[in-house]
Amino acid sequence: MLIFTLRRLNLFFFTMLLLTLLSFSLSFLFPGNALLNVSGQINASPEQILLLSESYKTESSIFAQYISYLKHILSGDLGISMSSQTPISVEIADLLPATIELSMVALLLAMAIGIPLGFIAAIKHNKPADNIILSIAMIGYSIPVFWLGLLAILIFSITLPWLPSAGQISLLFEIKHVTGIQLIDILLSDNAYKWQAFQNASAHIILPACVIAVAPGTIFIRLARSSMLEVLETSYIRAASAKGLTFNQIIFHHAIRNSLVKIIRHVGLQFANLITLAMITEVIFSWPGIGRWLIDSIYQRDYTAIQSGLLVLSCFIFIIHILTDFVYAALNPMARDNKHA
Amino acid sequence: MMTLLRRIMVTCLFLGGAACNQDDTLTLSSKSIVYCAEGSPESFNPQIITSGTTVDATSNHLYNRLITFDSKDNSISPSIAKSWHETRDGKMITFYLRKNIAFHTTQYFTPTRTLTADDVLFSFNRILDKNHEFHGVSGGNYPFFESVQLGSLIKEIEKINEYTVRFKLYRQDSSFLANLATDFAVILSEEYGQQLAKNNTHQQIDISPIGTGPFKLKEYRVGSFIRYYRHDDYWQGKVALEQLVFDITPSNTGRLTKLLTNECDVSAYPIAHKKIMEHPNLTLEAVTSFNVAYLGFNTQKAPFDNKIVRQAVSYAINKKSIVDTIYSGRAEVAKSLLQKGSWAYDDSVIDQVYSVDKAKELLKLSGLENGFEMDIWAMNIQRAYNPNALTMAKLIQADLKEIGIKVNIISYEWATFLQRIKQGEHQSVLLGWTADHPDPDNFFTSLLSCSSVNSGSNSTLWCNKAFDNLLLKSLETTNIKLRKEYYSQALAIIAQEIPLLPLAHSKRYQARANNVKGDIMSSFGGINFLTVYKSEVGKE
Repeated sequence: MLIFTLRRLNLFFFTMLLLTLLSFSLSFLFPGNALLNVSGQINASPEQILLLSESYKTESSIFAQYISYLKHILSGDLGISMSSQTPISVEIADLLPATIELSMVALLLAMAIGIPLGFIAAIKHNKPADNIILSIAMIGYSIPVFWLGLLAILIFSITLPWLPSAGQISLLFEIKHVTGIQLIDILLSDNAYKWQAFQNASAHIILPACVIAVAPGTIFIRLARSSMLEVLETSYIRAASAKGLTFNQIIFHHAIRNSLVKIIRHVGLQFANLITLAMITEVIFSWPGIGRWLIDSIYQRDYTAIQSGLLVLSCFIFIIHILTDFVYAALNPMARDNKHA
Repeated sequence: MMTLLRRIMVTCLFLGGAACNQDDTLTLSSKSIVYCAEGSPESFNPQIITSGTTVDATSNHLYNRLITFDSKDNSISPSIAKSWHETRDGKMITFYLRKNIAFHTTQYFTPTRTLTADDVLFSFNRILDKNHEFHGVSGGNYPFFESVQLGSLIKEIEKINEYTVRFKLYRQDSSFLANLATDFAVILSEEYGQQLAKNNTHQQIDISPIGTGPFKLKEYRVGSFIRYYRHDDYWQGKVALEQLVFDITPSNTGRLTKLLTNECDVSAYPIAHKKIMEHPNLTLEAVTSFNVAYLGFNTQKAPFDNKIVRQAVSYAINKKSIVDTIYSGRAEVAKSLLQKGSWAYDDSVIDQVYSVDKAKELLKLSGLENGFEMDIWAMNIQRAYNPNALTMAKLIQADLKEIGIKVNIISYEWATFLQRIKQGEHQSVLLGWTADHPDPDNFFTSLLSCSSVNSGSNSTLWCNKAFDNLLLKSLETTNIKLRKEYYSQALAIIAQEIPLLPLAHSKRYQARANNVKGDIMSSFGGINFLTVYKSEVGKE
């Protein structure tokens, strides 16, 4: 396990190095002055510019510049946003939790619906139920998310006025920002309308979370199906059935647990996909998350925000990836001995 | 596994029921309004900006002015000043202030005294006195006041006693009172200014505002929302609403959706008018606001530094079809800067005619008969005077293609857009102006005078001495007939020089849920939620 951990940390280190190199070079590739792009100080006075160029070492070699850029990032200084002139770290700390909340709920939804359906399909292999589930999965996977989002608003918000169409919560509720994860913040707050706020926030998250969950959900269906089929073919299952265990016992005690381990491995991979979908969905549902902010930054040509936002987001996805790897390794001893990371 | 499934089912039931149980939210929402606004304010102090979005969000809610416009007949009526007196030569105006006007008490400031003459002096000296501690804060630009040249008009502001202030002027100015009644001439708290100066956080005065208005700021998230709470000690009596939230929704369809799903009570600049009118719970309102949409040429940049090129382009644009397409008949073609309702409107001004031949002829005369490439800047948000500038730019693009001009359309996010135009980066721009007060001077001085070139509200960077003289002469007299004569001449100069091409005068629209009562819009300036309340659901 130690070697496994070291290997992952090693991978993390080099990937981060590459990512920072990429984001560092972006400030030169974007139009305009590299120093202003990296710091976002578009309204700085000449004296301030001088100080800035000293702290970013623009007069020295590229390597020294890169090192000072790393120093800034490690000390939490991601520059300030060109459009709002607030520190990007503050904006990200404000917005990232909302995205995490939305994607976590979506991920849970996708797993809670996708995995059981996949198992059913595998158990009913080559029967009508299998075919139906697979067709649904195919359709779900092919629907573009922005179209699905608009359709969901049209049906469930406008035609049937069941669910709200935009935002995280009705703006009338004033919830103090503690963790940034709205549902937790509501429970922590001492608002007189706490439970109404909680219900309201829950109603707000349903539509966007469902829309995001569709594509990963269908992938989970197929993953669960193939992994279950694989497990059902193994000799220990055959041995169990030869020993006279009932079908239910085999499925619930042996097959599900063993096939779940294989699926967990893919959760990390799916997460990157999920975040991409969440970014688009955030725009459609005006969800105050990092995806919408990043897309707005592109519109506003806010290079500092684009650069730092990408870095933070990719870093975040990578950490999740590694975490799921650890969970997988903890559950599956075989993976720990795997020599290639 | 079964327990897990059961748990999921229970959760789903709970969440599903969430939308139904709304008894308590009703009490909260019946005392609050959510207003879907079209953009974020640039600042919380209308002294330092001219954008309508900021005025809508701040002026009437956070602040009061010395005097204001009566919503019925647009005459000047008392506000903080309960009365005023003007000497016969018009050079000395004395304001008598109301007593017991309370400032906001917020998390960041607790006032110890009510409004006095010191606050009035502080507010105006910040604008006028270049050595004032707060003058340079937030950039030191006061575009509205610079464009009406308040600095060269006011000689001195004198405090007579705690509740009396005297303005001494260099010359008579017939639009002076109207300028003081606009949304920009708000009164700030001198005590708050002192507190900020002590902590050396001067810039907070425009970010965390303190005023005397009916609402006070609770929270603002850029691009997301503004939360106002009621100012309980408001001098005109508490307002009916406890909470006023500006939900910032730049997308037109987003605002429409929120309106239809009841997430907003009132929406700015709605689209799909027919759909709203057909909806049983929604009302569409319009006011004739004094505004103009125009195509402004940057007269400092080639080729539009040449009058003939400007004329050629203006002949090639089919205003009628633009107005029909963009405004769907809810606007009239602009003949000049002024609308028919204005007392200075002059029907005899030569109108631009749509003539491709004439345009080609003029292009030939200017030596550009082979055409050229130009940029049109168009904003991507909806304004009262222009519901869709990007489409308008595309129509102009098609029109100008006829005479061999290739048009590139350029757009930025609103705040950046204004910023860059101020710096003169554009070649031509689709902009507009909504009048701040009924005096016609507001259109001329703010849009085309030499002083407004420096203050940034003149996007054409056009400065014509003869034109400026006419404006000045008109302000020096109160004789309406004489003033009208001067403005006619000014309009004639514009028609000849074409620093900008007026396109349309439109109405300002707003949609609201039927249970929202009270007047929100007026012909001039920003929106106002002072008298707004919600009627009980069920009593409809």
